[in-house]
Amino acid sequence: MTNTTDPAPGTPLLQVEDLRVEFRMRGSTVNAVNGLSYTLAEGETLAILGESGSGKSVSAQAVMGILDTPPAYVTGGAVRFRGTELLGLPEKKRRTYRGAHIAMIFQDALSALNPVHRVGDQIAEMLLVHRGMSRGDARKRAIELMERVRIPSAGSRANDYPHQFSGGMRQRVMIAMALALEPDVLIADEPTTALDVTVQAQIMKLLRDLQDEMAMGLILITHDLGVVADVADRIVVMYAGRVVEQAEVRELYARPAHPYTEGLLASVPRVDVRDRALTPIKGSPPNLAAIPSGCPFHPRCPRAREERCPDEVPALRDVTGTGHGSACHYAEEVLGG
Amino acid sequence: MWRFVLRRLLQMVPVLIGTTFLIYVAVFALPGDPIRALGGDKPMPPSVYEALRHHYHLDEPLITQYGRYLLGLARGDFGETLNGQSVASLMATGWTVTVQLALTAWIFELVVGIALGVLAGLRKGGIIDSLVLSGTTFIIAIPAFVLAYSAQLIFGLKLGWFPTAGTDDGWPYSYLLPGVILGSLSLAYIARLTRTSLVENMRADYVRTALAKGLPRRRIILRHTLRNSLIPVVTYLGVDLGNLLAGAIVIEGIFNLPGIGQQIFQAVQIKDGPTVVGISTFLVLIFLLANLVVDILYGALDPRIRYE
Repeated sequence: MTNTTDPAPGTPLLQVEDLRVEFRMRGSTVNAVNGLSYTLAEGETLAILGESGSGKSVSAQAVMGILDTPPAYVTGGAVRFRGTELLGLPEKKRRTYRGAHIAMIFQDALSALNPVHRVGDQIAEMLLVHRGMSRGDARKRAIELMERVRIPSAGSRANDYPHQFSGGMRQRVMIAMALALEPDVLIADEPTTALDVTVQAQIMKLLRDLQDEMAMGLILITHDLGVVADVADRIVVMYAGRVVEQAEVRELYARPAHPYTEGLLASVPRVDVRDRALTPIKGSPPNLAAIPSGCPFHPRCPRAREERCPDEVPALRDVTGTGHGSACHYAEEVLGG
Repeated sequence: MWRFVLRRLLQMVPVLIGTTFLIYVAVFALPGDPIRALGGDKPMPPSVYEALRHHYHLDEPLITQYGRYLLGLARGDFGETLNGQSVASLMATGWTVTVQLALTAWIFELVVGIALGVLAGLRKGGIIDSLVLSGTTFIIAIPAFVLAYSAQLIFGLKLGWFPTAGTDDGWPYSYLLPGVILGSLSLAYIARLTRTSLVENMRADYVRTALAKGLPRRRIILRHTLRNSLIPVVTYLGVDLGNLLAGAIVIEGIFNLPGIGQQIFQAVQIKDGPTVVGISTFLVLIFLLANLVVDILYGALDPRIRYE
């Protein structure tokens, strides 16, 4: 069920190119996303990793076309779904992509679900609106979807309201809703951050299973390196609204090529290495209204050098010849350890 | 749910007894002698005076009088006024007028208030929004009687569109002008409340979800945003029905409508206890019932509310 023309072979499922988003506040402009580029292949899981304020959620909302405008504006770039540019589309057309081709789930499922509607109705609404299903059929399908995300006694729970569910079950409801139209891309914005660790693992496993069954592309936005490791194929690391490093998961963990990634890895406890001292990254994330000149990470970077880092913005470049990208002037040095 | 309603109804009994007692005491404590006032300028023979005092039980202590009144109430007897009319039939005519007036005002503030609030909230900072905000400030700032006299002068006398006094033209024509004036203050509050609530809800996470679901804007506003935004407005509207009945006193005076406002005003002046207490008790009862209806509606609108 695609209403796009068949894309040329080799066209990525989703391509984001030089995306720019700014927030126009009274008196100041906050540059949340500054030339973000990445691609997502069919069936691939891409993790977007970054601290709060790195622009990961904002860029996802820009891809969905659900930014709060004002104050947020997309000021440049491209978002292509199977070759079709989405950014210029009139809202009427754009809307048909949301939910049907690209779906999204959010961090806090309690506030993301409407408190006054039954969860079954909220799921069925997707089918009523996009597919023109009858109420009865949509309801039946909603219950099937709830079973598919393994909500026990789905038939009766469909009549419950969001506040009557536990956190994990609520996130399952969100997932059932997002998958109602069998989208090609699912964007999960910190889907497990608000949950207990055991529930986190269940939800991640569910997402992975569903992705396998449905062969969809998954974008997993997170700040948690632990969540990423088992699930993702590839990782994009964001800093100050840009990609600073991207690589296959194993490659990135084994051989980080950007001092920021290096710092992130050094600041996470590991069960396999005992008595390792944790090293935090010094300083704090940049103020997006006044991003440092040159490499935005240089004020916090242990490897920064006076001669290039404060003045010259490093471009993202392939540093291994195998698609491992790093936006550091001295990436080779970082790779060397 | 039904247990809740029953309990609330039972709770009304002590409240009603308490309020009637307070009002009874207040009327009793009013200065002046109602029986002497009945005679007007002429002196009243002591025998007649005593007979009347006895007839209205004014020679008994307060507690006995009140007990007698309560017993009557339990039998559905509201007593009689000082000129021998039954309070029940007096109230029947008065309430008919006042209820029509209050309902006119209520419908006006409900429809126009919510509509203005929605229009303003949908385009926050736009022209309609600015007009609604400044217009409602204006209405809130002006005393009701100034609005009433101005409306009488302009729409009644100069333009001749509406009657300025009395109920000769029946509902709705006679009640339009006083109803609009009576409802205007609450209309201002409702418009502002609706606007604020709508603006707040449009930023809510679940609206972002509705957007991400690819729903049309119209559906998002009607089914998601508005439904949640109107919860506080409904609460206000319910409680306000009671306020309108009480607030009708001033407007009834200005537009010369023979409602309970006029009656209670005159009754207080001649210290006519049964009338004052009867009308006030009804007001309290309506107030309590309106609150109960609001609580029930609130639960219907917001499933997170549970009765216990």
